[in-house]
Amino acid sequence: MALLKTIKEVGNYFNEIYDGVASLVRGMKVTGGYFIKRGQIVTQKYPENRATLKMFDNFKGELQLIHDENNQHSCNVCNTCARKCPNGSIEVIYKKVEGADGRSKKILDKYIYHLETCSFCGLCVPACDEHALRFDQEFEHAVFDKSKLTKVLNKPGSTCKVVKE
Amino acid sequence: MYDFTPMIDSITGYLNGVFTPFWAGLISMVMLGVVLLTVYAVLGLYLVFAERKICARMQNRLGPNRVGPFGLFQTIADLIKLLLKELIFIKNADNFLFNIAPFIVIIASIMAIGSIPFAKGLQAIDLNIGVLYILAISSMGVIGILIAGWASNSKYSVIGAMRSGAQVISYELSVGLALLCIIVYAGSMQFSEIIASQEDGWWIFKGHIPAFIAFVIYLIAGTAETNRGPFDLAEAESELTAGFHTEYSGIKFAFFFLAEYMNMFVIAAIATTLFLGGWLPFHLFQWAGFNHVMDYIPPVFWFFAKTAFVIYLMMWFKWTFPRLRIDQLLALEWKYLLPINLINLILISFLTLMQWHF
Amino acid sequence: MEETLMDIDLKDKEEYIVNMGPQHPSTHGVLRFETCLQGEKVKYIIPHCGYIHRGIEKMCEKLTYPQLLHLTDRMDYLSAHINNEAVSLCVENAMGIEVSDRVKYIRTIFAELTRIASHQLWWSAFGMDLGALTTFFYGLRDREKILDIFEETTGTRLIQSFITPGGLMADVHPNFQRRIKEFITYFRKKLPEYDQLLTGNIIFRERTKGIGVMSKELAIDYGVTGPSGRGSGFHCDIRKIAPYSAYPFVKFNEIIFPEGDTYARYLVRMKEMWESLNVLEQLVDNIPQGQIMLELKAIKAPKGEYYQRVETARGELGVYIVSDGGPSPARMKFRTPNFSNLFIINKIASGHKIADLVAISGSLDLVIPDIDR
Repeated sequence: MALLKTIKEVGNYFNEIYDGVASLVRGMKVTGGYFIKRGQIVTQKYPENRATLKMFDNFKGELQLIHDENNQHSCNVCNTCARKCPNGSIEVIYKKVEGADGRSKKILDKYIYHLETCSFCGLCVPACDEHALRFDQEFEHAVFDKSKLTKVLNKPGSTCKVVKE
Repeated sequence: MYDFTPMIDSITGYLNGVFTPFWAGLISMVMLGVVLLTVYAVLGLYLVFAERKICARMQNRLGPNRVGPFGLFQTIADLIKLLLKELIFIKNADNFLFNIAPFIVIIASIMAIGSIPFAKGLQAIDLNIGVLYILAISSMGVIGILIAGWASNSKYSVIGAMRSGAQVISYELSVGLALLCIIVYAGSMQFSEIIASQEDGWWIFKGHIPAFIAFVIYLIAGTAETNRGPFDLAEAESELTAGFHTEYSGIKFAFFFLAEYMNMFVIAAIATTLFLGGWLPFHLFQWAGFNHVMDYIPPVFWFFAKTAFVIYLMMWFKWTFPRLRIDQLLALEWKYLLPINLINLILISFLTLMQWHF
Repeated sequence: MEETLMDIDLKDKEEYIVNMGPQHPSTHGVLRFETCLQGEKVKYIIPHCGYIHRGIEKMCEKLTYPQLLHLTDRMDYLSAHINNEAVSLCVENAMGIEVSDRVKYIRTIFAELTRIASHQLWWSAFGMDLGALTTFFYGLRDREKILDIFEETTGTRLIQSFITPGGLMADVHPNFQRRIKEFITYFRKKLPEYDQLLTGNIIFRERTKGIGVMSKELAIDYGVTGPSGRGSGFHCDIRKIAPYSAYPFVKFNEIIFPEGDTYARYLVRMKEMWESLNVLEQLVDNIPQGQIMLELKAIKAPKGEYYQRVETARGELGVYIVSDGGPSPARMKFRTPNFSNLFIINKIASGHKIADLVAISGSLDLVIPDIDR
């Protein structure tokens, strides 16, 4: 009986070795397989593929005040976006002008966007009733000077198509 | 066919003719040193590159691809960066030992290269106890690691160094016994004679299954001796940040890094010499035509091809397996490798006595 | 004052203290384990948190409900969708409104995708903790597919802020269903590879089996939930106990392993990935039509206290709102899974080797910003 037990133990010893080696070989098959037949590479060669790199349509790059071909935006200075923003990243500065009918009107002077505090929650875009805002595809935000991250979104000389001057 | 002995002889002859024997010896030593160091540096750098490319391919990545075509000069750029980096001095560290440790590690690996036969006659020194010399020299590296860990005055380093000590001392046994198997077969400890004994067939084929088992054990134990994954407990990145070289920076770190790769090369080169016929070309039975074609390929190529194969195997292990724990590491050596190795040695002795090998 | 090991006189001269963290490769963040070691053996551990405390709960008191959602993304950033869902559900419950089935389905799909992505990253990092570096890249390679799905619809990859009280920020992209189906077939092929590489590996099994055993009682005592709790046989899947969103409509199994060791916790997550794929398969073809966003005048919770719990990839996330009727909460409290899961570590890792401590903390799948908030 003792002999039988010993034989069994020796058998277990070698079985253990066999199982272990088999499991290692199975793992090596995976890596070796990829060595022979290259797997799908998800790495993007970024600066080289700049020309072909296209972000998804919904990609949240940086905030943009939409201007049409006549350099007109549709911000009516309602300030909803600034109120919706959790971080205070948006400042809408307006000026009062005398309208054609003699009443004073608020028109956009500067639409200031603080990229440095923006957390891209996306609350401002659907908040705008005039659909004046969107996120563009720009993702290269790196600058050497923090003050460059404070941006004026309305282009120089642009006018508003919603509020007539 | 490709015998380098006449070339070496003519150089030494010329030197002896021009200079006095003392100066001739000195100049040949310097020449040898320069050649070996160049080979060492180039091999080390390109082994790092090869490892990065191979593991990248296994991991579905691109690997280095920025500096030079296919990133070929990446490691050279890395070396320049490491040369220019600040050497950090640690408070309360044993500065003398701290500075000397990387040199001990790297000198051990350079000395080991000296006795490796790259081709017939292309060997710095052909000691009659070559195998013993290699074993002695390669175990010297661990002293450097122990010193590095101790002198760093860091707990991570000490743990890493102590692990490394336990590991290398244990696995030295298996390396020695696995090599002993081939010494028993070949009947010599001299590398040139061991290679000569494989003219009619490499020991891994000639020596039946025991030789193959010895090869596998040597590979496992050799990987462990170089502190490479899955036996990289001395570094154990996720546990000890970087183990024994946690506190090293700049070129001193580069020495450890280079030494690791060159130790790997030495281990692979010895495996090639003892098991895979060294620089001998691949011969198949008695096919004279095939064998003749193989003879035309230079022995240096054969040597490096075989070594590269063994190195590839070691990299394959590293990039597939998780790391062992220290107690499992020692259990693997003392419960599995050593007993198997001893039985294997007895078997081989028996085979040799009965002249049953081919 | 916080008690640290430095204050305790070490009785045994052979003991010494090693600080693992706040910068350490195995803690995956700014967590600090003050570890008392005897040789290689861990005597006891004091975890220190607070290195990335940002006061999210306090900040929430100043923001309206839709605004504070973007902060919850930044707690457990690997379960961003589920965190959003938790707050949204809590606010919706408070207001007594119910979103359309379409929203429920999409929320659940996103939640399950998040769960898979989180488990993939965990698998990658866990392999790396144990020294198998290749797992990291395989996991991230497959996670990339999910992140692409997220980006196409929500515009961001990691912290989406997509789910909002009353519905969703936008409708899903037309490619949404096709991409998910592609992902399901792709990932079903890749998951066995994970098993071949790591699960079956003898070294891996030796490293994890019988290590860090947590009994069911201990798990309940410490409030360990999620896959870590279920690895100890603790029936704690909120998706089963208190189904929310579209979970009542789908069939899936709660994965429970009674062993309680590191290997069991590992298996729970591996099996959960399969289950999540099943859930996705049931949902993706049956998204009903409906309103994406309810027309709400103002999002204000009536005066009172509200609690909602959901199952994130790491366990039970509870959102507790005390409202005084205004547009922002008077007090906000998050019961985060990682905070409860962390403090078990002293109980289960003491007595093991230092290498096991890394394996155990990896198997608990800690996300540090979720602990500190």
